[in-house]
Amino acid sequence: MVKIAEEWLNSCSGCEIAILNIGDVLVDLLPSLEFVHIPVLIDKKYYGQTGEGTELDIPEAVVGIVSGGVKNEEHLEVLKKMRERVQILIALGTCATDGGIPALANMYSNDEIRDFVYRESPTTVDGPDPDVKNNHIPDMLEKCSALDEHVKVDLKLPGCPPHPDWIAAAILSLLDEKNVLELPEKSVCDTCPTIRERKKGIGDIKRMLETPDYDPEKPISDMRCLLEQGFMCLGPVTKAGCSGMSGEAPRCISARVPCRGCYGPVRDDRIPLVDYVGALATVGYDPARMPDRRGYLCRFNGGHGVLKKLG
Amino acid sequence: MSKTLRVAPITRIEGHAGFEIMLDDSGNVADARMLVMSLRGFEKFVVGRPVEEVSRIVNRICGICPWQHHLASNKAADLCLGAEVPETGKKLRELCQMLAYIPDKILHFYFLAAPDFVLGPGADYSVRNVVGVVGAVPDLAKQVVHMRYKTQMALEKFAGKVIHPIAAVVGGFSKPLLEDERKELLEVVKEAKDFCLFTIKFARENVFPKYLEAVKTLGVFPSGYIGTVDGDGSLELFDGQLRLMDMDGEYDQFDYADYQDYIAEHVEDWSYLKFPYIKKAGGIKLDENDPVGVYRSNCLARINVCDQMKTPLAQEELEIFRKEFGRPAHLTLLYHWARLIELVQCCERAEDLLNDPKITGREIRAEGIKPQAGEGVGCVEAPRGTLIHHYKTDSDGMVEKANLIVGTTHNNAGMNLSIKQAAKAVIKDGNYDEEVMNLIEMAVRAYDP
Repeated sequence: MVKIAEEWLNSCSGCEIAILNIGDVLVDLLPSLEFVHIPVLIDKKYYGQTGEGTELDIPEAVVGIVSGGVKNEEHLEVLKKMRERVQILIALGTCATDGGIPALANMYSNDEIRDFVYRESPTTVDGPDPDVKNNHIPDMLEKCSALDEHVKVDLKLPGCPPHPDWIAAAILSLLDEKNVLELPEKSVCDTCPTIRERKKGIGDIKRMLETPDYDPEKPISDMRCLLEQGFMCLGPVTKAGCSGMSGEAPRCISARVPCRGCYGPVRDDRIPLVDYVGALATVGYDPARMPDRRGYLCRFNGGHGVLKKLG
Repeated sequence: MSKTLRVAPITRIEGHAGFEIMLDDSGNVADARMLVMSLRGFEKFVVGRPVEEVSRIVNRICGICPWQHHLASNKAADLCLGAEVPETGKKLRELCQMLAYIPDKILHFYFLAAPDFVLGPGADYSVRNVVGVVGAVPDLAKQVVHMRYKTQMALEKFAGKVIHPIAAVVGGFSKPLLEDERKELLEVVKEAKDFCLFTIKFARENVFPKYLEAVKTLGVFPSGYIGTVDGDGSLELFDGQLRLMDMDGEYDQFDYADYQDYIAEHVEDWSYLKFPYIKKAGGIKLDENDPVGVYRSNCLARINVCDQMKTPLAQEELEIFRKEFGRPAHLTLLYHWARLIELVQCCERAEDLLNDPKITGREIRAEGIKPQAGEGVGCVEAPRGTLIHHYKTDSDGMVEKANLIVGTTHNNAGMNLSIKQAAKAVIKDGNYDEEVMNLIEMAVRAYDP
């Protein structure tokens, strides 16, 4: 029996649905797991069950799983409490490992965000900003950040959302040390079966306003690489793993659309914004002609300060 | 002595919130409210992005209803770029929406709501959850987990990704449905339909009757409602016109593009979430005995605004429901019942779409789409309510402005009134315990926020 505490921070609940998408196997795993705290499923409260406490608390557990990045004071408080209460802390999903989509907010200041939402929006009758001093609501932090910017993280399971295979494998490895968890270290391209002809592309980089060339009756392995077809596919700079352990093609490619980087940078020390320039040049496209570079190349990893540094 | 009870997080919901109850000197409820703790800023950070990329960004607003955001966003982008989606492209989008609805509703009813009904609102929190449900009704629970999983994976297999989808693209859809895939999906949908028909009958006969007292006490107040209807006034989830009903059942019906004429948003400084209201009412008053401007969204709202359901078995269920509760039905806990009526329609509609010869067509996407300055309002009905995605683009097709009013936001006022009304009904003279607090939370959980 392993005690688990789970929390979600600046997130969307997709990671929690991915946990449920372990499916039938989850029913078999459940008797070996004791969830002591998981807001999506269990009614454990921070301030006591009738709300009379004044200090936020989370029960002790062996494993803590946290999805979402950190964008406000409560996220930070919950994360720190979680770190204090658990032995092994898992960052679940790309928001937790790299900031994820919500870290795109780092391109704007909180004032700009609040000005739009509470005053400039065309349907909104001008109002004040939330009053964090006189109400029980947390102040926003200036940046949305990955968990490891604040606490030590023991295991990172990226993905938006992470494939259920990896979540199940991680749980199994915690139940029995004989089950070794081996996460992919390759890039999406390394696991993509599309054909690379190694011929240089011609013309401009294409936006997804047109459809790639492929025969729907034929498998993905008969389609030419989308990057070679001139579409901005972020496969070269993105960590593999989105199709789980199935050995199938990367998920977006299987839907005949290019990768957008949702598993985060292929290695922690790499910066897609820099590396992609080389990848584009290799296939013959001019990186300078790429629109909205930050919006593509920092789409999922803005939680490590890249948007600030290079913005 | 007066005090404030601070219950957080609200649990077994799909979002992040808490509530607080202010007790007066005699221990009675002076006020109560739901606090939404965060603001992510999607409307701001989609600005500057190519409009065709936005549907792959805003799906992250909600990991449970990413398909609906993905589709509403694509519809808005189609309008900005003047792309006319071919018929098969539209049908594939709607099919995915229906397929996405099925596991979502199964999840809410059995995983999130059922613990209150199967184990009882007063059961200890350590067993009042899905694990407790598995223990109490193991065979049914296994079937539920399996059915939810099967429907999720069927959609994933066809559309590439089920959570945070990618397969709808500006102008249509990214890949056609092959005949083998169609047959496979149809088998899954038929099985799901049987299961969902079993579920609503089971709930109607064995679950809801036991809790009629709670239904009539918790979260009781009149309000307006919003939902989408088709040309016949039938309940529509994918595409139609918006209908905004006042608390007496009178309504306005309008095109998506005109939403600003009918809806406005109010700001309170104690929540990050805004309060949309019926503009015609002139303002909003959060008084459960005399609400002004308050309307609600999500399944009960749609059931209230529609004249009838779109499919026959769902219509039979609506008739049973209306006979008992009338129209509009204001009781908050009836959201659970309305959710299952819609579930039946989703299964029937998915089956109809899969039997439509056009669904396997090859004209799935508009051609010749070019970046341009434009504006578009894209709406679909999400499990949690109407999604309004409104974008403006510049001449490069980049987003200049975005305004979003999404599912649960429409219910902000309703959830606040539910908490206040429920708290006043169950807390008397300083007497409250864990069960009482959970009863109040049940009045929020019904909205599936």
